[in-house]
Amino acid sequence: MSAINIIVDGRTLAVEENATVAVALLDAREYAFRTSVSGEARGPLCGMGVCYECRVTIDGVPHRRACLVVVAAGMRIETAAARA
Amino acid sequence: MSGSSDAIVVGAGIVGAACAAALARDGWRVTVLERSFASAGTTSVGMGHVVAMDDSPEQLALTAYSARLWRELAPRLDARSELDVCGTLWVAEDDAQLDAVHAKRVVYAAAGIDAELLDAAELARAEPRLRAGLRGALRVPADSVVYPPGATLRLLEFARADGATLREGVEVLELLPNAVRCAGETIRADVVVNAAGTTAPSLTRGLPIVPRKGHLAITDRYPRFCRHQIVELGYLTSAHAMTNESVAFNIQPRATGQLLIGSSRELVGWDARINHDILRRMLERAASFMPALRDLSVIRCWTGFRPATTDKLPLIGRWEPVPGLWIAAGHEGLGITTSLATAALIADQLAGRATQIDATSYSPMRVLSAGTAA
Amino acid sequence: MTHTLRECDVLVVGAGPAGMSAAARAAESGARAIVADEGVAPGGQIWRPALRSSSPVVAQRWAARLAGSGAVVLRSTSIVELRRGANDGWLALAESNDGGFQIAARSIVLATGARERFLPFPGWTLPNVVGIGGAQALLKSGMSVRGRRVVIAGTGPLIFPVAASLARAGAMLVVVAEQAPRHKVLRFAAGLWRSPALLARAAAYRAAFLRTPYATGTWVVAAHGEPAVQSVTITDGASTRAIECDLLCAAFGLVPNVELARLAGCDVAEGRVIVDARQATSMAGLYCAGEPTGIGGVDLSLAEGEIAGLAAAGRQADAALLGRASALRRHAAAIDEAFALRAEVKALAKPDTIVCRCEDVRMRELDPRWSARQAKLYTRAGMGACQGRICGSALECVMGWPADSVRPPTQPVRVSTFLQDIQSAQSLPHGAH
Repeated sequence: MSAINIIVDGRTLAVEENATVAVALLDAREYAFRTSVSGEARGPLCGMGVCYECRVTIDGVPHRRACLVVVAAGMRIETAAARA
Repeated sequence: MSGSSDAIVVGAGIVGAACAAALARDGWRVTVLERSFASAGTTSVGMGHVVAMDDSPEQLALTAYSARLWRELAPRLDARSELDVCGTLWVAEDDAQLDAVHAKRVVYAAAGIDAELLDAAELARAEPRLRAGLRGALRVPADSVVYPPGATLRLLEFARADGATLREGVEVLELLPNAVRCAGETIRADVVVNAAGTTAPSLTRGLPIVPRKGHLAITDRYPRFCRHQIVELGYLTSAHAMTNESVAFNIQPRATGQLLIGSSRELVGWDARINHDILRRMLERAASFMPALRDLSVIRCWTGFRPATTDKLPLIGRWEPVPGLWIAAGHEGLGITTSLATAALIADQLAGRATQIDATSYSPMRVLSAGTAA
Repeated sequence: MTHTLRECDVLVVGAGPAGMSAAARAAESGARAIVADEGVAPGGQIWRPALRSSSPVVAQRWAARLAGSGAVVLRSTSIVELRRGANDGWLALAESNDGGFQIAARSIVLATGARERFLPFPGWTLPNVVGIGGAQALLKSGMSVRGRRVVIAGTGPLIFPVAASLARAGAMLVVVAEQAPRHKVLRFAAGLWRSPALLARAAAYRAAFLRTPYATGTWVVAAHGEPAVQSVTITDGASTRAIECDLLCAAFGLVPNVELARLAGCDVAEGRVIVDARQATSMAGLYCAGEPTGIGGVDLSLAEGEIAGLAAAGRQADAALLGRASALRRHAAAIDEAFALRAEVKALAKPDTIVCRCEDVRMRELDPRWSARQAKLYTRAGMGACQGRICGSALECVMGWPADSVRPPTQPVRVSTFLQDIQSAQSLPHGAH
């Protein structure tokens, strides 16, 4: 499979095309997807769009479920780290 | 005097909780009887806007007084009450509404309420996500937002600290002279306060209170999407006319970063189902004022019933046909705002103190004298 | 804004095994069928299209059958609201990447599947603590686990295929812990001889992770680590040990997704949608198939889907199909019995353990005397974006609180989607399609 570039918190990352955003981040050892309301780092739990733990900002749109979105070339992703 | 007397408050919504706190503080031995659980009724489904409103001079006097009491209470509220002094923006769409905004400022000033006029440019700077072309707004900076169930629990804590007892899951069947009848027991008390909200008329026949249905939608968290509670000036018209249905733009930023979007008013009895047509029109109205709302996620929609009176004023005071019975009900959409003033008016009258504002306009006895009993 | 309305005879919600067979059978019967699914392709979670491996033969067969049936498949589409439409039909509000629209249908098959049950324990909110099905889903989406130390702790037959997948993908599977006691698991396994296919499947899965201990009567106590999980504590009740790991897969069985059925007014008891032998719910024109009627696995889902699809299209399922479904239901009951949750796993949360992950509500904030609704109003538990899907099911177990009422939408949707929600959609001119 071929790789494409996405931008995670301003950093360019080569990821496998057809991967979900969640997998792209996990494989890049980016475990803190969002910051919970009391400040904890959170990452994917259910992997199927139910738990809303893997929410990130994608191309400026907040609260997108990383486990349901497939990466696209040039996609800009902001995780908890961007807001820390 | 009252130090050794018993009081029963029927209903643990925010009005009942405020009455319980005020009476317990005066030394009454207070028991709150709640058929469900504290804040289960209208209190749990409303917006929690503490707002000065001027549908009538009496309404303005009551809301202004109560808003002052909320400011005094503020230091004693807790995080759960989510108090946020965000202010209200009353937005004018056209010249006629702009004239009304000017008039409103004069009325507020006369009542001692600080309010400032924003022209179109100032309004756009204050709330950049409002659509272009609005004419201006009246900003009332002291208005605030609370989380009603949280504030209710806090008021009940105050009441309990002063010796009050809360009994949940106790349904009151009948209000008797100086007593209430529940399933399996009759409890005597010197004073009984009917604070049963929309169900108050089932306990006190003749109270002209009808359920006025509303819809609300809440979004996911979008911190700083807007800074004020923003209400279209037409909201006053929507609230005033007892028409079968109306919608008006009303958006509230919550302390959580969520946005609560309203509002609608319907007279359809107790049908709690979502009216999808009304919900859509309500959200269309909101999106017409704030186009960026279209892209936000709605987490939940629901309905609730406001305890509405035909003359737009709550029923606060002694109910003479039944010895010992007082009414604290019929607050329509202003129960959160006016809960504290309601409690103060009743407590002051029971203690024989002078009330801070003239209480006669709110007396439920007006219902009997006007012959408008339902 | 243009209003979009699609019309069909049978709308199937969900394209897992039950939804695929329902849509295929309905369309083959001559009904205009639409099947809407949140995924990028039919298959559901169990047959989720995998990036690096091929689907099972039965999945491929049903995918081909669905494709040839004439049913219209709507991908990446959520049904978020369901209500009575005109002429005794139903009206669904849908959202896709392109926006909101409505679907009017004469009848509906709810094939909304199941989710995992998560129970709170100290450390369960750490990154890299995922579900068991969750790990499978991430693996199929391409997650790399090669060389990573993985612990599985949970319950039920789902553990087997997931452990096998992880092992085949190169994970170092340290331990697989099953909370059910050994005697119950053995009795269940012994019963599998009646179903040689299932026995063969189980044996093949076990062979794939043969070097890893399968510890029955063992459950997770806590997870630890910073900033992500680094170790897990497990116990068999007598002894407790800590195990280093990079990924912890922990879940406690499956929960039927009944929210849409409840919203539509269907009778639900013990978390399952009540259906008759034709899969008809208590609401006329509304059928339900697969996991929402009770967790039963792929084969039962397929059978129920076929029955529901036929019924929704006005056809009768034959006796063989009905017989197959009831036999499979007996097997499902045996699974329920064998893998019932032990009391200990319902009491893992400490006072400061978060129970509602959306709103970070901790165990100590909850009063056992409350209801789910009180907990929601007083502490915000269940008020967040997942709408209580995670904590609601957990608190049902931990506190014994029945789920709170369902309010629309069944999942967060854009405001603009609601702007497409026309009450009298079916009386509009059809030119708006």
